[in-house]
Amino acid sequence: MKNFKTIILSNQEISPNYYRMKILAPGYNKQAKPGQFVMFRVQRSLPPLLRRPFGIFRAGFLPADCDSMPPKEFIEIIYKVVGSGTEIMQGLHHGDPVELLGPLGEGFAVGSPEEEKILVGGGIGLVPLYMLAEKMVETSNVRLLMGGRTRDDIITVTEFERLGVETYVSTEDGSLGEEGLVTQVLERKLDKYPHSTVFACGPMPMIEAVQKICAERGTSLQVSLEALMACGVGACLGCVVKGEGHAEEEPRYLCTCTSGPVFKAEELDWRKAEIKNVKSGGCK
Amino acid sequence: MIKSDEKMLQPKMAVEIAGIKFKNPVMPASGTFGYGKEYDPYLDLNQLGAIVTKGMSLNPKAGNNTPRICETVSGMLNAIGLQNVGVDAFIKNKMPFLEQFDTPVIVNFFGNTQDEYGEVAARLDDVTGVAALEMNISCPNVKHGGIVFGTDPKAAFSAVSLVRKRTTKPLFVKLTPNVTDIQITARAAEDAGADALSLINTLTGMAVDVKTRKPRLANTIGGLSGPAIRPVAVRLVHQVVQAVQIPVIGIGGISRAMDALEFLIVGAKAVQVGTANFVDPNAMAIIIADLEKFCREEGIADINDLIGTLEI
Repeated sequence: MKNFKTIILSNQEISPNYYRMKILAPGYNKQAKPGQFVMFRVQRSLPPLLRRPFGIFRAGFLPADCDSMPPKEFIEIIYKVVGSGTEIMQGLHHGDPVELLGPLGEGFAVGSPEEEKILVGGGIGLVPLYMLAEKMVETSNVRLLMGGRTRDDIITVTEFERLGVETYVSTEDGSLGEEGLVTQVLERKLDKYPHSTVFACGPMPMIEAVQKICAERGTSLQVSLEALMACGVGACLGCVVKGEGHAEEEPRYLCTCTSGPVFKAEELDWRKAEIKNVKSGGCK
Repeated sequence: MIKSDEKMLQPKMAVEIAGIKFKNPVMPASGTFGYGKEYDPYLDLNQLGAIVTKGMSLNPKAGNNTPRICETVSGMLNAIGLQNVGVDAFIKNKMPFLEQFDTPVIVNFFGNTQDEYGEVAARLDDVTGVAALEMNISCPNVKHGGIVFGTDPKAAFSAVSLVRKRTTKPLFVKLTPNVTDIQITARAAEDAGADALSLINTLTGMAVDVKTRKPRLANTIGGLSGPAIRPVAVRLVHQVVQAVQIPVIGIGGISRAMDALEFLIVGAKAVQVGTANFVDPNAMAIIIADLEKFCREEGIADINDLIGTLEI
């Protein structure tokens, strides 16, 4: 993990308000683990002042320029335009300089090959699940349940399919896939494949509902959280969530940036309104 | 000011405050650098003038509910609530790491009562490796916290006097800007035995989410930091330098060497870098290198020759 200056390779709108950015990122193909994130510095001038955290969607190699040169590494992030920082980002182009700090945080624990895996993604929360799927399809059956408000929120599903992931789409308005919440699909899949492990990322109400379903069934669950953060390295303490056993007398705060962003469900305090350092709009 | 036509040799960057020698005048502001270790992967801690820790209290402190931070125009609001492990755990678990560096460690601390201030200071008094204490009488984040002391000159005098009796370490007092006349509290701290003053702490501020109509911080009010506050900080440092004899450490919105220079020129002996550490974990190393470059280019042989050279 380090901070370095690099350039944008491409930045494209893939669905209304959703952008996919490819960034030159030496070393990331080897280093970046599923579920990790980067702190992205939009530009050197102000605003925005603070970096923005983004989950890594994918890491890979560019085609080599010529035979004698080693192929260059890149990462891709996907972001939804939600505020001043992402508004500036959507105007960036190929060749624009940016700074990346990362890869940061604790990622997903992949688990044993014989388990069935269910990924639950809500909107932009799908992002950190792709690298995980890439890793898991080598050894396990992987199913993706992708939910969104409308079809505009359903992104990159075909890429999961190309990996060999079984995908199930649901939208709240029924404009794509099944009409309803992704958690309804989850309950059905867990009825059918009760020995699955679940990995979820999305808006907090979705994550809370997934946690409830998994807790009732004793299903193992890992969640990736999004939080407001200033530093990404555990110093500002802005991104904390309450850990299991948290009490006013004996506080147990966990930094989303360094202890997470991926947590095993049992690490967190799920009592109502306890975990709420979360903007709507999915995971980093 | 010493000027030379020839290319300068290495300018002298060391400064001294209260008998402590700092390699250079750049150190982190408390609360923006964790316990030091958080930034170790990104920055050589030996490069820094000093390490200033997160604020310590007598007992561990949970901090506020979230959201605790939000970005504002050229700045950020925070209401972390002084979350910390408590002074005993700090001494036991965090100090050994910091001792390995050839960099003075300044431990920031606070209390909710005068006696608590005194007790924390006393517990740090015989800890080897602690070069100085920085007493926070100004944090606006905690409902029953430092604000009472820092905005009331009598309370400030009384608390600093008591702490002075409980520690033999150099004592820096960190002032709040949220007062009508900062010269009064500055003098109160000096009269009570402070060896140096550091300022400014954050300015109290507030932001509202217009859709939910809720404050953007769980604590409603928070502390404003970042480039937005720098002109206010420069003005206050300028005023305090006029009012006291003891050294002043300038803090507030410093993110580049040029920013640090403003504070040095108005008379700060050293500076603390805060929010900029969040933006770039290497910010202080860049500031140190650029300060040196500035001295070389301007023909300043010793950075002390620059301090307090404001021309009006």
